[in-house]
Order: sequence, then C-alpha cells, then structure tokens
Amino acid sequence: MKIHKYDTVIVGAGGAGMRAAIESTKRSRTAVLTKLYPTRSHTGAAQGGMAAALANVEEDNWEWHTFDTIKGGDYLVDQDAAEILAKEAIDAVLDLEKMGLPFGRTPKGEIDQRRFGGHSRNHGEAPVRRACYSGDRTGHMILQTLYQNCVKEGVEFFNEFYVLDQLVVEEDGVKKSAGVVAYELATGEIHVFQAKSVIYASGGTGKFFKVTSNAHTLTGDGQAACYRRGLPLEDMEFFQFHPTGIWRMGILLTEGARGEGGILRNKDGERFMEKYAPVMKDLASRDVVSRSIYTEIREGRGCGPEGDHVYLDLTHLPPEQLDAKLPDITEFARTYLGIEPYTDPIPIQPTAHYAMGGIPTNVEGEVLSDNTTVVPGLYAAGEVACVSVHGANRLGTNSLLDINVFGRRAGIAAAEYCADHDFVELPEDPAQQVIDQVERLRNSTGTERVTELRKELQECMDANVMVFRTEQTIKTAVEKIGELRERYLNVSIQDKGKRFNTDLLEAIELGNLLDLAEVMAVSALARKESRGGHYREDFPNRDDVNFMRHTMAYREVGADGKESIRLDYKPVVQTRYQPMERKY
Amino acid sequence: MSTPTLDKHSAALDAAENTASHTIKVTFRIRRFNPEVSEEASWQDFELDIDPKERVLDALHKIKWDQDGTLTFRRSCAHGICGSDAMRINGKNRLACKTLIKDINPQKPITIEAIKGLTVLKDLVVDMEPFFQAYRDVMPFLITKGNEPTRERLQSPEDRERFDDTTKCILCAACTSSCPVFWNDGQYFGPAAIVNAHRFIFDSRDEGGEQRLEILNDKDGVWRCRTTFNCTDACPRGIEVTKAIQEVKRALITRRF
Repeated sequence: MKIHKYDTVIVGAGGAGMRAAIESTKRSRTAVLTKLYPTRSHTGAAQGGMAAALANVEEDNWEWHTFDTIKGGDYLVDQDAAEILAKEAIDAVLDLEKMGLPFGRTPKGEIDQRRFGGHSRNHGEAPVRRACYSGDRTGHMILQTLYQNCVKEGVEFFNEFYVLDQLVVEEDGVKKSAGVVAYELATGEIHVFQAKSVIYASGGTGKFFKVTSNAHTLTGDGQAACYRRGLPLEDMEFFQFHPTGIWRMGILLTEGARGEGGILRNKDGERFMEKYAPVMKDLASRDVVSRSIYTEIREGRGCGPEGDHVYLDLTHLPPEQLDAKLPDITEFARTYLGIEPYTDPIPIQPTAHYAMGGIPTNVEGEVLSDNTTVVPGLYAAGEVACVSVHGANRLGTNSLLDINVFGRRAGIAAAEYCADHDFVELPEDPAQQVIDQVERLRNSTGTERVTELRKELQECMDANVMVFRTEQTIKTAVEKIGELRERYLNVSIQDKGKRFNTDLLEAIELGNLLDLAEVMAVSALARKESRGGHYREDFPNRDDVNFMRHTMAYREVGADGKESIRLDYKPVVQTRYQPMERKY
Repeated sequence: MSTPTLDKHSAALDAAENTASHTIKVTFRIRRFNPEVSEEASWQDFELDIDPKERVLDALHKIKWDQDGTLTFRRSCAHGICGSDAMRINGKNRLACKTLIKDINPQKPITIEAIKGLTVLKDLVVDMEPFFQAYRDVMPFLITKGNEPTRERLQSPEDRERFDDTTKCILCAACTSSCPVFWNDGQYFGPAAIVNAHRFIFDSRDEGGEQRLEILNDKDGVWRCRTTFNCTDACPRGIEVTKAIQEVKRALITRRF
C-alpha cells in the first residue's frame, strides 16, 4: 500500500474533472485520478452542442435560457442554480474558445449557434439558436481542448487508477473528507490519497440499463463510494432517455440532427411530433419526445417487422449539410446499420442517456450530508452531482455547459478551501475496506457470474423502470434487484492476478450498479406522480402539492447488519418562476 | 410534407431492420501475453457463434464474459469515439468497436493482437505512455500573444475549415503503431503527434507555429516520415494523416502556414 498526500484530489478526468483541474492546479497541489486515460472519458461522446445565450445569430438572453432550463426540468430545478448556469454559460463558452476550442463559425467569424430541444425564444414562443457547436463532435472538442490545457498547465494525472472508497471521518459530530482509496489497474496495488479536498467528477450510471448511449465504464463509481459512506443521493429516480439512439444498440444520434431539420416519422411516414408538441414539434424536450415515440410504438405505429422503433428522417436535407454539420452520426448509420442516411431514414429508439440525480451539492460544488450541511473538503461536479440544474429532465446541451460551469466552480472552491484548512487525519487502516473488498472477490469460489447478473439487471431495468413506470413494474424491479444483490455476494471471478485485472474491476462495477439501481427504483416507487423523466402511468399528472421536492436517499445499516434505504425530501429552491403546466 | 423514402424501402434498410437471428461460427485467434503466467506470448483460439453484424468488440466481450475472464483489453465508449480499443485485426490496425465481423471475412480465423511498436503489458493492452509523451512534446495547445479579447477570437469559416480534418483525432494510436518508421525507432514522434501539431500550426488563431515547427524539424521529427500511407489507411476517423504530415513538411520549407 502506498500513501500519497495532495491538497486537491480530483476523481475522474472527463469534462468536469479536467475543467476543475485547470483551476485547482493553478491554486493548489492537485492530483487527478481516472480509471481510464483522460481522453477516453465519455464527455467525448457528446455531439450536438453547448448552450449559451451569446445571441450571435439571433436575439437571445440568459434569462430566457434560465426559464427554458427550469421548464425543461419540470420545475424540479433549483432556480438559483439554473440562473448561475445560464448566466455563466456565456463566459464558459468564451473561455473554451480562448483555450483553443474550434467552434463552428458564422460568416462574420463569430461562434455559430444551432437549435436544440427545449431551447426557446421569449419563454416558449419558438425555437432559438442557442447551442454553440463544433460539427457533431462538440463533446470531443471540449474533451480534447480541456486535456490540451491540462497538458499546458502541467496537471498531474494518475491514469488507470480506480477510486473505490471515500474516506469520511467524523470530528465533533461533523462528517469530513480525509481522502480516497484507489486501486492501480496496472499492478493491483492499493493507494491511499490523503487530501484536503476531494472533487468527484466521475460521471454517470447508465450501464444499469441495457439499451444506453453510455460507455461500458459508466458505472456510478463516485456515487457508490459516497453513498456507502452514509452520504445521501438526490433525485436518483430521474433518468433521461434520449429519443434518438440507434435501434437496439443505443448509440447516440444527436438532437442536433433534429436541430438541423431532421424529422421523426412513424411507419405511416407521419411526422407524429406535431400531435404531441404543436409549437416545438421534434424539438420538444427529451422526456416528451421519448414518451411520444413509445406511445406511437405501443399504438401500433412503430416501424420494422416487430414495430419496435421509429425513423429519424434526414433524407430531405442536402447531403452537403449532412456532411458539414452531422458527419459523425451519418457515419454511425453507415458503419453500424449499413444504411445511407442521404436516402434512407434511420431506425431509432429512446436510449438511456443521463442521470439527472446524483451526489447533492450546493452551487459552489460542496457536497451535502443532509438537506443543508456541507461536508468540509468534499466536492462534486458534472453528471455525478445533483446541483440541481437539471431537475426532472435535462435540456440538451446543458450537460456540456454544466461540466464547464460547475467543474470550474468546484475546482476553484476546492483549491481555495485548501489554502486555509489542514489535512484531516486518516482513519486507522484507511485501505482496509478496499483490501477486504478486493480480496473477497479475488478469493471467492462462489458460483454466480458477473456477466449473468449484469445481464439480468440490465434487462430488468429496461423492462421496468424505463420511459413508462407503474407501481407494479417498479416493485418488480425492487424485488429483482434485491435478489441480484443477494446473489452478488456469491459472485466469483476467473482472473486471480494482479496485473490489469479487468475481470475484477467489472465485478466491482457491478456491485456499484446494483446499489445504485436499488436507490433508483426505491426512489421511483415513492414518487407517486409524473414529472420530467419519471413517468408513472398510475399517476400520470404532476403533483406539486405533494412532490415539488427533491428525493434524498440514505443507506442505513441496522443493528443486525441489514442494509436499507431511508428516503427523505428537500425543498426545491424557487426564485422568480412559478410552476406552470408544461407545453411545447 | 412528402415522405417519398418511406413508401419504398431500400434493400439496405430492409436488411438493417431484419430481426431474424442469424449466427455463424467464427474462430478468433488472439495473441495472449501475461507475464504473471509466462514470459512467452502465444496464440489462443476461441470459437463463437455470433451474428456477423456484431462488432469485433462484441466478440471479445463474449469471449471474456462467457469463456475466459482473464482475456484483457481496453474499451470504453464502444462506438469509435474514445479511442481505447485500437488493435491489430487480421494484420491491420482498427478499432474493435468500429469493425463489424462481416466486413473482415469470418470464414477464416480472425487474428487479433496488440498494436505494434509499444510494449505489450498484458494481452491486448500496451504501454501508452511513450505515445502520449510524443503528443505532449509538440505543445498541443493554443499559443497566443498579447491581450485576450473580451469576446471570442474571430475566425472565418474558411480558416476554421483549414484544420478541421486534424481536429478529429481521438489519440487511439492506430496510425502511430502502423508506421514502420515508428516500429524501428520509438524515438520518432509518429503520425499522431504530427497530426496534433498540424491542428495548431494551421489554426489561424495560433501564434506558436514557429516553435512547433522547430520541434518537428528535429532528427526524430517529420523528416523521418517515408510516406508509406499506413497511417492514413489505419485512421478510424478517416483523417488524411499522410497529407497532414506533408503539409507540415511543406510549412517547414516555405515557413508559410
């Protein structure tokens, strides 16, 4: 076991982690731990754009962006945070441009902007061009630009270091962060990183679904590490299903395709979104479009031999426009489906995409241990966190914005915290829990296989807690997950070695997914209303009287050692926007 | 609005929507190496029943998950964006997640081995550090002088287009590890580092071109390139790598970029 000492430790090297690192490295001795290499992070898979009311191509302002974000989130958004997001968006985009990001340009040479779902002029009048983009690889360019600037600033990375535990110490009844414990993939060695501040920026949890746009590596590691140490998770029932994943594969096809004029059609060729969202049509918010697609499929208007998908039609757009604005996604259609998007519509279905919930933080990125108490020295930003700027449904382009605005804020806040605080003493045997966990898996002779349990989990989640949910389906999921968690105790792996043991890591990742899936299902069961990405067929309306509040889920361990989930609730911060019925 | 495309399906769309399961037997011949077990590398065959429309990465997962959990490779996004899974498939560098089994003749055993020129650490995993070091050495970040503007720097669409191709790089190392010069001499910067230097040298906003050109004028720089086009063939992003290297060479001679 090795012990390291840094002022700031950042867990994760995607957009939020590297944006934080650029700030914290200037101000404090910083280490960035990533289970991949920085440029492998899933920020790079984001396509369509990053919202900011630059007003480069038409009238726009940040107040409209704030409103769209709150309405898009079905009023579960904390309005103070949304205002910060929309206001600081402009500088966030300009900062990236100055760092070198090659945005698309207008004829005047300014940053070009395109339309995107849910972004509107003057509080819903009509779609507005607010998304700054770089072809259909905006996330790739953000990830590359941030990595380039980390190289420039000399950011210290520990690549292929997998954080398995968050060290939380209680002093005078206050929970404090002392550091993290990591597993080095190359050698199997355990490392303890003592740090004054820790920032989680480790991304989402999408791999508990089968059809997902998420990378294999998005297994909720940061959420699980904090949750197991008694910290709450907020709004985990809210998960976004992106309308246009490649049918059966889940690979993302950007909403920018519809921003450029693409149209969704059912088997009769009908532009069905006109029925569901007369003003915004194909550019309504993602939850609305995903539900509309499944309604078409359920009512027998789906495409293909099994009627289980619809089409994204780009055939009316000029090939030059597709080549210039959507080169990557058209190539995905050619590579993975063997079809030509110039002449054929693309079979699509909604795909599990983004966790709105996560580790609760305030607007400075400080992690909360209950509704109001800050955990000194602990921060989170990006998809792993819940500020909450996305509420019940995130708007497209607001996640690339979130990682930049709140990654920067967390990086500054964490580094400034280091300046006037000392290290918290490490607990006795700080690595013991991780050593036990790793050894148990390595030495287990159990009969359960990781691959089988993961498959059953993913199929259960797709069948029961996806776009449509009912009390019955959620209960089925809770029961099944409970069974899988029991069986997980009996899981064994084949690779017993120390060197690059990805067999072991997959087993650990499955454990994280199982814990988080349970939190999601239990949170969803208790929310007896429909709001944003959480749609209950047995409670189809939003219920502001009883549920205009954030869910806070805590792991409890009873005297008998039995685990359970305790749910609590937190008020939504409302400033100037009164909840209204949501229409697009 | 008319919907001409939906009345008549193309054969390609019909094939894409065909749900009938159709699997074939395929042999995967994989180069294994694990110094914890043996100092010697060896080939191992795995047989799978698999739909030929699946990716090579899907096959590797099936082998790892159902047959041999010790098989080790890197992967993440699984659709050609993250650059984790470059490997030699039937002797050619490709991304396992962007290569469909039907496109590489599954009638014969499909060979899979680690990319060349970088030290193999276990099975298909290589030491990427020398690769990233070469990248860092070309100063891959925007260099500017003077005060920053309040708003964005202006750049015409034409100037933006000038370096578009080289911004696509995902640092997968498929190009560099396909280069015979790099195989023989790991000191050579390699195509990927030059591609990333190109991305800044030809960016109208950048003022560090001279510094980067001096770095690439080194004995291990662009002049080592012998224009074999392996890199261009290998690039999973379709970047014209050899052309980019030629443009850097020309810029070194003319000092115009």
